[in-house]
Amino acid sequence: MSEDSRQLLEVTDLSSSFDTEAGELVAVDDVDFKVDRGRTLGIVGESGCGKSVSALSLIRLLPQPMGKVRSGEVWFDGRDLQKVDRDEMHEIRGNDISMIFQEPMTALNPVHTIGRQLTEAIHLHQDVSPEEALEQAIEMLKRVRIPAPEIRVGEYPHQLSGGMRQRVMIAMALINRPKLLIADEPTTALDVTVQAQILALIDELQQEMGMAVILITHDLGVIAENCDDVVVMYGGRVVEWTSTRELFANPLHAYTKGLLRSIPRLDRERKTKLPTIPGNVPSLQEMPSGCRFSTRSEVEHDDESIRTRPDFKEVSPGHWVETCPYCYEG
Amino acid sequence: MKPLLKIEDLKMHFPVKGGVFLRAMGACKAVDGVSLTVNEGETVGLVGESGCGKSTLAKATARLLDPTAGRIEFEGTDITHLRRRELNPVRREMQMIFQDPAESLNPRHSVRDIVEEPLVIQKRGSRAERGKRVAELLEKVGLSESAGNRYPFEFSGGQRQRIGIARALALNPKLILCDEPVSALDVSVQSQVLNLLMELQEDFGLAYLFIAHDLAVVKHVSDRVAIMYLGKIVELAGADEIYENPKHAYTKALISAIPVADPSLDRDRRLLEGDVPSPIDPPQGCAFGHRMGHPKWEASVGMDLALREVSPGHWVQPCPCCTDES
Ligand SMILES: Nc1ncnc2c1ncn2[C@@H]1O[C@H](COP(=O)(O)OP(=O)(O)OP(=O)(O)O)[C@@H](O)[C@H]1O
Ligand SMILES: Nc1ncnc2c1ncn2[C@@H]1O[C@H](COP(=O)(O)OP(=O)(O)OP(=O)(O)O)[C@@H](O)[C@H]1O
Ligand SMILES: [Mg+2]
Ligand SMILES: [Mg+2]
Repeated sequence: MSEDSRQLLEVTDLSSSFDTEAGELVAVDDVDFKVDRGRTLGIVGESGCGKSVSALSLIRLLPQPMGKVRSGEVWFDGRDLQKVDRDEMHEIRGNDISMIFQEPMTALNPVHTIGRQLTEAIHLHQDVSPEEALEQAIEMLKRVRIPAPEIRVGEYPHQLSGGMRQRVMIAMALINRPKLLIADEPTTALDVTVQAQILALIDELQQEMGMAVILITHDLGVIAENCDDVVVMYGGRVVEWTSTRELFANPLHAYTKGLLRSIPRLDRERKTKLPTIPGNVPSLQEMPSGCRFSTRSEVEHDDESIRTRPDFKEVSPGHWVETCPYCYEG
Repeated sequence: MKPLLKIEDLKMHFPVKGGVFLRAMGACKAVDGVSLTVNEGETVGLVGESGCGKSTLAKATARLLDPTAGRIEFEGTDITHLRRRELNPVRREMQMIFQDPAESLNPRHSVRDIVEEPLVIQKRGSRAERGKRVAELLEKVGLSESAGNRYPFEFSGGQRQRIGIARALALNPKLILCDEPVSALDVSVQSQVLNLLMELQEDFGLAYLFIAHDLAVVKHVSDRVAIMYLGKIVELAGADEIYENPKHAYTKALISAIPVADPSLDRDRRLLEGDVPSPIDPPQGCAFGHRMGHPKWEASVGMDLALREVSPGHWVQPCPCCTDES
């Protein structure tokens, strides 16, 4: 039972797809993960592997009408988010789960001032006067290190720098003190000093109120310093899932190993060719149904492994990996 | 080394209307006296605090904005005041990769049209030739040819960024202003794109102004690196030199804040203190010293803070609070 009360989110067999001219494309294919209260789960993976779509599926914000969740359960705080009605979902999104979107400009309304967007979010969930809401908005902008917040509340998104827009979104996401924060590349537009401050602020709120965080990022340094556990995705599936320490010390899947080898380093000789994983991710139409990394792997796969999906197994306590015989040496 | 781009004392100020009544309240001095040269075939990295004016500097250089003051010279021609039509030949040789793809890709155009657009505007090749070029470019940035038929919203963030990169490469320009070109990419695709940019530089002598927050990436691709703080460049040096021998306190703070991909290190990060300064009503003298509340900051007020060369090719702002070089 104590296990259960710690757990905030459990995603099982989540699959999502898009209707396109080329037919139905499955972008997320049977994904599983869990997040405990107060903990941080990192999600990493190749560009286009389904991180954002997974996140949007959880909170039922896939673009309509093309996007849909095909199957799966999303248990959050005792409720299956795929089953609750729209009003309830709307309320959960405002009160309990917040999302920081990857591209601020797609999430901010260009015709409303920053102040208006923030205070609207506050009014939706708190019964406060307009002055009080504005005060809270300014306070929050200050906490995310926006300079001169009293002036910025009167400005429009296009007047802000990329990193300021990102921080405005972070402020919007945190203002109602959610139980779960989904942060999709929250610091890509921030310099490392501001990034460190924002991550410290998120950490602070985690300590203060036990907020759980799903942190989607390409920066493996950020993962190493901020996440308890990590999910590695490739081609719409989870290929590895374990604690952060274990992942860096003992990566098991060939894709994870390739990823860790590609981390930019300060001690590399300048202007030399950087290590990469050869080839490109196939488009969703061309994805093999079996081991999806087969088209990239240095080891040639047999037909069976290209056709049949490998099992996702717990190979040592708490360390899960997709057990394709060519990508994982068991 | 031949200078390709010469920026001299460039200023870009935006009017600020603020408060509830949208009164004019002065100016936002986004770029406030920047001088910088990019030589042919060279990469100059540009790093700085979020909001310090990097994108504005790039947009003003590409003449998407009209600079408030200063001078921009490209291939020996003063382009500071050229009008739209006159800028056409400049656009052929100077392209930009934008920070926020959502801001720069027309959602109603297919990816093929977006990448082809500069070729159409510059009347390059026949339809068939352009089609071939687009397919080649998409492949180079790691997108499949079929991506051409789809629309920007059908792509992930990183895929969209690569559409912008393909478009910038279409005309084989001499200079690309890259604003966070790889920050939305996973480390492997990032390395592929960086390898591509370095290869093109080797083969065609392309030059880059390379804006990024990942200091390891900047170091790897750059010949020289400029560090910007609140509208001004505070340090400029060779890429190895600036990391091995940083002089300005802000450069040092940046380097110490780089996250390290090793969870067994339990680093206790010292966060920067003080309020991030605002380009609206900036402090006098050295902005970083002011922010840190440095006891010697006052001495920097009224000083000439123009960069000074402290060793060959290593330039730094000579303020008493942030460097030992004054
Ligand atoms: N509206 C859409 N219509 C069709 N396909 C889509 C749509 N949105 C996303 N996709 C596809 O779904 C896949 C997963 O996209 P997603 O945005 O989740 O990637 P991601 O892992 O977040 O990548 P990145 O790191 O680049 O942000 C991609 O192949 C993308 O092309
Ligand atoms: N069109 C505009 N109108 C008014 N102010 C602007 C405009 N564009 C930028 N600014 C202001 O100029 C300053 C510098 O912005 P800029 O986008 O150049 O920063 P940046 O260094 O690129 O930051 P980031 O790393 O966050 O992208 C900011 O204070 C911003 O609010
Ligand atoms: Mg994404
Ligand atoms: Mg910018």
